[in-house]
Amino acid sequence: MHWQIDLIILTFTIFCALAAISVKDLLSTAILFGAYSFMMCLLWAVMGAVDVAFTEASVGAGVSTVFFVAAVFRTSRRTKD
Amino acid sequence: MSEILPIIVAKYNYWLYIILMMIGLYAMISKNNLIKKLVGMNIFQTSIILFYVSIGYKTNATIPIIENAHGDSHSPHELIIHAADYINPLPHVLMLTAIVVSVATFGVALALAVKIYQRYQTLEEDEIRMRLTEE
Repeated sequence: MHWQIDLIILTFTIFCALAAISVKDLLSTAILFGAYSFMMCLLWAVMGAVDVAFTEASVGAGVSTVFFVAAVFRTSRRTKD
Repeated sequence: MSEILPIIVAKYNYWLYIILMMIGLYAMISKNNLIKKLVGMNIFQTSIILFYVSIGYKTNATIPIIENAHGDSHSPHELIIHAADYINPLPHVLMLTAIVVSVATFGVALALAVKIYQRYQTLEEDEIRMRLTEE
């Protein structure tokens, strides 16, 4: 694990997490949360946990985002905070 | 001070995992929208999974697949396995289960949020609480 790659991806992860909880549109939250999950997947691939990485890529970044977008379309995009 | 600083810098990944965990906890506690709370819960879970996977990491080690173990080695001492050459796969396997559980929880929680929206026409916690006191 090169610490530079690890640090850059971790910083991106924290930015994605902060953006996902602070935007005022739930569809943007869904997409930023997908980006967060993908950054997490990269982090695990860097750490050598390849099985965890591809499970996260398919299940976390794929299925979760689909669930999220489906739930947002069945409810409202508006949020107050 | 000069001896504490290297310790803090050397364990930078643990500090960043703690920051991620606190972001998730903050979102769960202080966000008003139910779906934002769910995102916070997921961030919290993934930060803990990240912590556990990072415990199993070893420097100068490769991924946990044994080399020369597929019938192409002829002398038996090529098969001697040094555990220090391989990343510990035990936390990976445990956290694989945790990822699947977290997605299942997320799906069930989103279904509950959709049912709450169908009944109260809102996802904000304070508005739902207001409707509950009116009834």
